[in-house]
Amino acid sequence: MTAKKTYIQSFCTIQNNQILMNGEVVFSTEPTAFSDFSKKTYQHLEMNYPKFFKMDNLSKLAFLGAEFLLKSESNFSKENNTALVFANKSSSLDTDVKYQNSISDAENYYPSPAVFVYTLPNICLGEISIKHQLKSENSFFIFADYNPEFMEKYSNILLETLKADKVLCGWVEYYNENYKAFLYLVDKEGEIEHNQEILKKLYKQ
Amino acid sequence: MEALKQELKSKIIEVLNLEDIAIADINDDDALFGDGLGLDSIDALELIVMLDKDYGIKLVDPKEGKTIFKSIETMAGYIAENRVK
Repeated sequence: MTAKKTYIQSFCTIQNNQILMNGEVVFSTEPTAFSDFSKKTYQHLEMNYPKFFKMDNLSKLAFLGAEFLLKSESNFSKENNTALVFANKSSSLDTDVKYQNSISDAENYYPSPAVFVYTLPNICLGEISIKHQLKSENSFFIFADYNPEFMEKYSNILLETLKADKVLCGWVEYYNENYKAFLYLVDKEGEIEHNQEILKKLYKQ
Repeated sequence: MEALKQELKSKIIEVLNLEDIAIADINDDDALFGDGLGLDSIDALELIVMLDKDYGIKLVDPKEGKTIFKSIETMAGYIAENRVK
């Protein structure tokens, strides 16, 4: 049996204080810290979602990418079955280190519950699901490097086995102010073919 | 007591990352949870840590928090009576 072709409906890249949608710059700032860049992006989106400011940096990165991508989907309904398949290299290490620092001094031992809840990378999927009312499949994987081969196969299986109508895939890497997010929406229809070569090419843009 | 209330408002905004809220937006008797400031259960835990860290108050029974964290007014009253630093 030949697998049906799948397509990349749209894609979003966030890096170096810049956000690109389908390869076009849609928002950028002067070089600044991620906390400032993410806040300015939030303001640019004219959102009213105070919980954003409670998120850790990895969640903010994934959340903003999803926001740009899902916002531009005119057919995106709150009821749809869009799975989330994300991955990165550093897991939640940035927040893990922050939390470790808060408990490393016995004389000044005040662990923060608000930091602790983000010491798992898949929390960012929860943030996206809450915002977009998704009750779909979601998975977060840790790889040594960007892994388009795995992401392509996994998302195609979800579509072929009818576990999802669409799949929002994402590479969201954040550690120590170094960040890159590449998110894309995989569908059964579209113009950009969904395969490893294209995923490699789009990631490098 | 007035200074303590202002201090608490400032600390709550900072500790709980209430980016869109100013000190002037919080009234002394506003509900901190539910319909008021809309704080959640993780925020409640952060407030318990704040009491310990900044005022030396250890809440033995977390259920006490429901009464203590009702508003800035009740928090300030409890802290003024029980603080050790």
